[in-house]
Amino acid sequence: MSESAATNPLAAPPAHRASPALHHQFEELEQQYDASNFGMWVFLATEVMFFGGLFTAYIIYRSIYYPGFVAGSHGLEGDFGAAMTFILLASSFTMALSVHAAREGKRAMLVVLLLLTIFLGIAFLGIKFTEYGHKWHEQMVPGLNFNPSVEALRGAPGNAVELFMCFYFFMTGLHALHMIIGIGLLSVMTILAWRGKIRRDNYDRIEVSGLYWHFVDIIWIYLFPLLYLVGGRYK
Amino acid sequence: MSAESPSVRTYSLVFVALLILAALTTGIAYVDLGTFNTVVALAIAVIKMCLVGLFFMHLSSSHGLARIVVLAGFFWLALMVSFTLADVFTRSWISPPGP
Amino acid sequence: MSTAVAEVPVETRIHYLNASYGIKSWLFTTDHKRIALLYLGSITLMFFIGGAMAVLMRLHLIEPAGALVQPETYNKLFTMHGVVMLFFFLVPSIPATLGNFLVPMMIGARDLAFPKLNLLSWYVYITGATFTLYALISGGVDTGWTFYTPLSSHYLTTHVIAAATGVFINGFSSILTGLNFIVTIHKMRAPGLTWKRMQLFLWSIYATSVIFVLATPVIAIALFLVVLERAFHVGIFDPAIGGDPVLFQHLFWFYSHPAVYIMILPGMGVVSELVTCFSRKKPFGYMFIAYSSMAIAMISFFVWGHHMFVSGQSVYAGFIFSALSFAVAIPSAIKVFNWTATLYKGSISYQAPMLYALGFIGLFTMGGLTGLFLASMATDIHLHDTYFVIAHFHYIMVGGAVMGYLGGIHYWWPKITGRLYHDGWARFAALVIFVGFNLTFFPQYMLGYLGMPRRYAVYPSEFQVLNVMSSAGASILGVGYLIPFIYLLWSIRYGPVAGSNPWGAKGLEWETPSPPPTNNFQEPPVVAEEPYGYAEPEHAHV
Repeated sequence: MSESAATNPLAAPPAHRASPALHHQFEELEQQYDASNFGMWVFLATEVMFFGGLFTAYIIYRSIYYPGFVAGSHGLEGDFGAAMTFILLASSFTMALSVHAAREGKRAMLVVLLLLTIFLGIAFLGIKFTEYGHKWHEQMVPGLNFNPSVEALRGAPGNAVELFMCFYFFMTGLHALHMIIGIGLLSVMTILAWRGKIRRDNYDRIEVSGLYWHFVDIIWIYLFPLLYLVGGRYK
Repeated sequence: MSAESPSVRTYSLVFVALLILAALTTGIAYVDLGTFNTVVALAIAVIKMCLVGLFFMHLSSSHGLARIVVLAGFFWLALMVSFTLADVFTRSWISPPGP
Repeated sequence: MSTAVAEVPVETRIHYLNASYGIKSWLFTTDHKRIALLYLGSITLMFFIGGAMAVLMRLHLIEPAGALVQPETYNKLFTMHGVVMLFFFLVPSIPATLGNFLVPMMIGARDLAFPKLNLLSWYVYITGATFTLYALISGGVDTGWTFYTPLSSHYLTTHVIAAATGVFINGFSSILTGLNFIVTIHKMRAPGLTWKRMQLFLWSIYATSVIFVLATPVIAIALFLVVLERAFHVGIFDPAIGGDPVLFQHLFWFYSHPAVYIMILPGMGVVSELVTCFSRKKPFGYMFIAYSSMAIAMISFFVWGHHMFVSGQSVYAGFIFSALSFAVAIPSAIKVFNWTATLYKGSISYQAPMLYALGFIGLFTMGGLTGLFLASMATDIHLHDTYFVIAHFHYIMVGGAVMGYLGGIHYWWPKITGRLYHDGWARFAALVIFVGFNLTFFPQYMLGYLGMPRRYAVYPSEFQVLNVMSSAGASILGVGYLIPFIYLLWSIRYGPVAGSNPWGAKGLEWETPSPPPTNNFQEPPVVAEEPYGYAEPEHAHV
């Protein structure tokens, strides 16, 4: 099966692989970078399927209970939704720039941009949790206190409104959980960057964190119209 | 290290485009287009996703392998959605036999 | 089996087992071979726990009115048997043990792409298992391994959340393992090792990993939603607010059908290796076998509705799922034909691994054919939720997957441990398992055909003879599984030392010493030949 060129399993490794950033299982830095990038893309495919289950359920129920979904969507605060969208898009911009800075070896820029991205992420979460608080006060939380005072949210499609609110909380909640994980990840990256541990030959960590962050942004890009803009906002 | 990555200028242009598209989505929601409201909103979302994916996530300069993974993810999602919908929508086509 | 002597005496050569000592060197290892052994230990434990549930069930079913436990307890037994055996034994069995051990070696790499992620996936497995065992110990869960709503989300008072959480967490272990294998096989093959020169075991692991990655997240979200519905007393499967319980079944089976191919594909990969080695012949139709693994992985995603023919699913959707289920049988059949053609005019020897492989081919074929009865809607109406289904899937999972697993363990045991086991005892155990298996499960085909429902703690008295036969077989099968446990462990200490290639097999893994050094290969070997380069036998034209 093989012609082992100089394969003495007990021989010492050759000198060219002594670069400190190169992990022992790889032959070259390029291979390591490719593998880590590819690995994150495969992980993102799993996330597509994970969120996908919720999107599948959403599509089904929206087609069956469209009026209820419209009513429920109108009960959400559109300006908050829009604000969150702008904030996340900005955070993707700063994230892309930080990957660029890492690739160029610019440590200070990298730290600043990562901190900006984290800050924007926290701002997003701040608005999100404020929204949740409002929903609690309006008694729109399924299972816990669903008893809306607004007439349009009761009545015939009333139950489907509760179903819609389930989707609102589950989908944005899962998204928020991913944001929290992303902020944690970026915080670790910021600390590493601050300590000078990110260099041109190992910036794939930042690239890979960026891929995750952009993916979470893309999920929100879909959640915004699907949750906040059902049936338009003209009256 | 890898293929060429976009410049800061490209990133900035893409960001501006994204902002415009987000504003468009929000604005069009206030116009009565009937069923097209949904179509337009989702179409814009797809465009935004492509911009983020191609430029911010470097898909335009990536290996084919990353693109295959992305396509596979979408294909499998489409599979799950379409077959499940096929069940839900055709349940009423045959009613149970009865007296 | 002659006593082969290693090039350097095992006691003085450094290899992955003696490179470092102490519990921390095992619990914090990133060596794929040690991680494989960590999995081997935990999976074996889960196998015996799941097996204990089965023993209790078969003892209970000796009497038509039930001999051992209350019906509520019986529900918990079959649930825990299913959950433990499927999620914590069968799904990880070959990939996490043999896959982890062999994938880097077969591609000529020093380790997987992400060794730390590999260790993490074992810890995630242990965490999931802990949640599930907690559910077991604190009274068990009685939803059935399928966790159908609204029983699981609404009506039961048992520890559904703990069990569902355990399975959810375990899913991430699978995802990480699959991800690791995919990246490794794409990016770390040795120079000259093209896809078409890879061993068939690698193709099957790759196909399995694709399923791991695309299917597992869906059961994760399905169970997550059940947990949320239990916690908040409302959810998207709740009819009271317009939800559809059948939607849970769609999400559940979208994973669980491909999952059964996760369980069988690696076994098929093992059989390809065993059949070629023990017929001293290259595989007939290598590309067909390789591509059929990929075809099975793909088509397996199109057929999940065949579990839902009587759930209220649309009959039209049922037509489509039924037709596609017939299609998925084709690549499996291609493999069986190719293995048979490989055996034809081969120079066959009957060591234990080969006995397991031959058993696999026959029993998998029987199980697979009976699947067609279930894929056909007209017959499935009568057979659904009967013992026919149970017999069908046990023929595939036990007669197929477990025998493939045991065959692989026996085949690569000398490589893993550097020792040879006693082949006489191994062959005896294989035969005991074969006899016990058939005696346990063949009567169940008949019981199902005659109408005995599954998941029932009692049954009409006219079914007693067949049930007693099945329980008798189960006791033989149980003994059969204990025997390898004994001689394999014994061989670690007292078995003759194995050389690097005791079977005279072709494959990169056989070109390192047994046990291998920690780094497998210091420089990646260069591959210049086609795989399975066995000498052409005379008159070998098939």
